Amino acid sequence: MIIKGKVHKFGDNINTDDIIAAKYLDSQDEAFLGSKCMENIDKDFFQKVAKGDIIVAGKNFGCGSSREHAPVAIKGCGVSLVIAESFARIFYRNSINVGLPILVSKDCGSISAGSLLSVDLNQGLIKDLNSGKIFSSEAFPVFMQEIIEAGGLLSWIKKKEKQ
Amino acid sequence: MGLTLIQKILLKHSLSGKLKDFIYAKVDFCFGNDITAPLAVKEFNKAGFDSVFDPNKIGLICDHFTPARDQKAANNVKLLKQFSRQFKIKHFYDIEACGVEHVFLPEAGLVKSLDLVIGADSHTCTYGALGAASFGVGSTDLAAAMKEGKCWLRVPESLKFVYQGKLNPWVGGKDLILYTIGKIGVDGALYKVMEFSGEAIRKLEMDDRFTMCNMAIEAGGKTGIIEPDEKTVQYIKTANPKLKNFKFEKSDPDAAYARVINIDVGRIKPQVACPHLPSNSKSVKECVKVKLDQVVIGSCTNGRLSDLAIAAKILRGKKIKKGLRAIVIPATPKIYDQAEKKKYLQIFSEAGFIISPATCGPCLGGHTGILDKGEVALATTNRNFIGRMGSPESFVYLSSPAVAAASAITGRITDPNEIKG
Repeated sequence: MIIKGKVHKFGDNINTDDIIAAKYLDSQDEAFLGSKCMENIDKDFFQKVAKGDIIVAGKNFGCGSSREHAPVAIKGCGVSLVIAESFARIFYRNSINVGLPILVSKDCGSISAGSLLSVDLNQGLIKDLNSGKIFSSEAFPVFMQEIIEAGGLLSWIKKKEKQ
Repeated sequence: MGLTLIQKILLKHSLSGKLKDFIYAKVDFCFGNDITAPLAVKEFNKAGFDSVFDPNKIGLICDHFTPARDQKAANNVKLLKQFSRQFKIKHFYDIEACGVEHVFLPEAGLVKSLDLVIGADSHTCTYGALGAASFGVGSTDLAAAMKEGKCWLRVPESLKFVYQGKLNPWVGGKDLILYTIGKIGVDGALYKVMEFSGEAIRKLEMDDRFTMCNMAIEAGGKTGIIEPDEKTVQYIKTANPKLKNFKFEKSDPDAAYARVINIDVGRIKPQVACPHLPSNSKSVKECVKVKLDQVVIGSCTNGRLSDLAIAAKILRGKKIKKGLRAIVIPATPKIYDQAEKKKYLQIFSEAGFIISPATCGPCLGGHTGILDKGEVALATTNRNFIGRMGSPESFVYLSSPAVAAASAITGRITDPNEIKG
C-alpha cells in the first residue's frame, strides 16, 4: 500500500493530552475527536490538515495516558500515517489495534515540514518527493503484521475464530 | 540464566507455555473506566461479540468524570451499567461504591501477587506494588480481553533500581519516583519494566510503593514492580481475608537486567516536577518563588490514607494562604470514612480546604478544579503536561502530599521542613 501526503512536524514527547485533551474523552465519535486533534499545542491543526496528510514526530510519540481516543482522533482528522523516531508503548499497541498506520524511523527528524512524502507501507520505505531522499523504517514483527493485515485486533480475533 | 519477577508471571500466563518475544497471555482480571470502557463497549458491539469470557473477572469502574459532571458523562455511566447487566458483569461500580480505580482495586482485594491484570488506563501499572504484572492497554485491548480473557504482550526487559541509604525528613515514595524520572527521562524506561528494590524500598509502606509503581508509566515504563515481602502479604490478607494460600515470587539472583541503577536516597530532598513534563524534577528549594492559585491533594498517585495523614500532620492547627483554592480528594469512600474517623478531614476543613468526593476530577482536567489561563497549581497527581488541568496556558507542578500541604499554608512552593509545628 502506498500513502502520499504532506508532512506536519511535531517534536519529542508529544503526549496523549496534546493529541486529544481529556475533556473530550466522553465522546467516542471519530469525526468529533478528529476536530479537536492537537488542540492544546496547535489549535488550528484541524484547519491546516488535509485528508491523507502525514505526521512526522520525534521521540516517544503518544506518551501519557492509555486513551485510544488519541489514535482515533488522528484518524478522524484525516491523517493517514504517523512516522516517529519512537512511540510510547500503549499508543503503539492502540494504533496497531485500531488500524492507524505507524512507522518507526530513527532518521525521520531530517524530513522537513510541508514536504510531500510517498510511503510504501509494505516495504517500510519513505520517499521525500521534494528532496528525493529515501528513509528506511523498522519492520513490524510477524505477529503484528498479521493484526495489521487483518485490519485491527478484533478483526484478527474474528478471523482466528473462523479458522 | 534466572528470570525476573515479571518474566516469571508472564511465563505462568503464557498460553504457549513459553517466553518468546511476543506472547498471548491469559488475564486474571481486566477493567476499564467511564472514559475508556464506553469505547471498548462500542468496539465489542461493532465486532458482534455476544459473550464475555468470565463475568467475575471484568471490572467497569466509573471514576473519571464522576459523579457525572454533565449529561454526556451520565450517559457513559449508564451505558456501562447496561452492558454489565446484559453480561452479568460482577464488578461494575459507580463512583459512590468504588472511588479512584487504582486505589480501589487493591483495597477491595481484587488484585494479588502473581496476577496478570490489564486495564484500559495507563496507571494500571500501580499494582506492581503487590508483585502482580499489571499493564495499561487501550480500549480495543479491553474489548478483546472481555471476549477472550487473553491479551498479546511483548516480553519486556527490566531495569533494576536499587535504592540505598536513609530517607531525609518529609521524603517518601513520590519524591523517589519524581527524582528517578528526572534522572532517566520520560522515555528512560520505554517498553521496559522498572523493578524497584533495595533497603529503602523495603522500609517504605505499601501506600508509598503504590505511588512509585503508579508513576512508572511517566518514564515510559511498561510497568513498575516490587518484590513482595511481609508488608505486601499483610496488605493482601487485610484486603481479602477469604484468600487462602496465595503465593508470591521474587526475581532470581542471576536474572538479567538491561541496566542496574543505584540511587542513594540520602541525596534526595523533597522534589517538585515543574511544567510541562514529570521529568522536570527539581528540589523544592529551587522552586520556592513559585506562587500558587490552587493546591490539589488526591489521585491514584497520592489519595491514600497515609497521604492524607502526612498532609494533616503539617496542616494541624494551621490555615491555608488567603485566596488560595485547596482541594483534598480522599481516593475511595473507605479512605474518606477512615480519614473522617481519624479527624484528618476536620483538620483539612479547619485549614480551609475543600473536601471533594472521590473522583479523578481535576487530575486530568475533567472537572472540580479546572485552571484558567495563567493559573498555577501544585498537585500530588502524576502528570503536568500542557493543559492537563485545564487551560493550555496554565501551569501544573507535581509533588508529594507533604510539599503540597506546606505550600498550601504559604501560598507558594514550600519545603515542609520550613513549617514549624
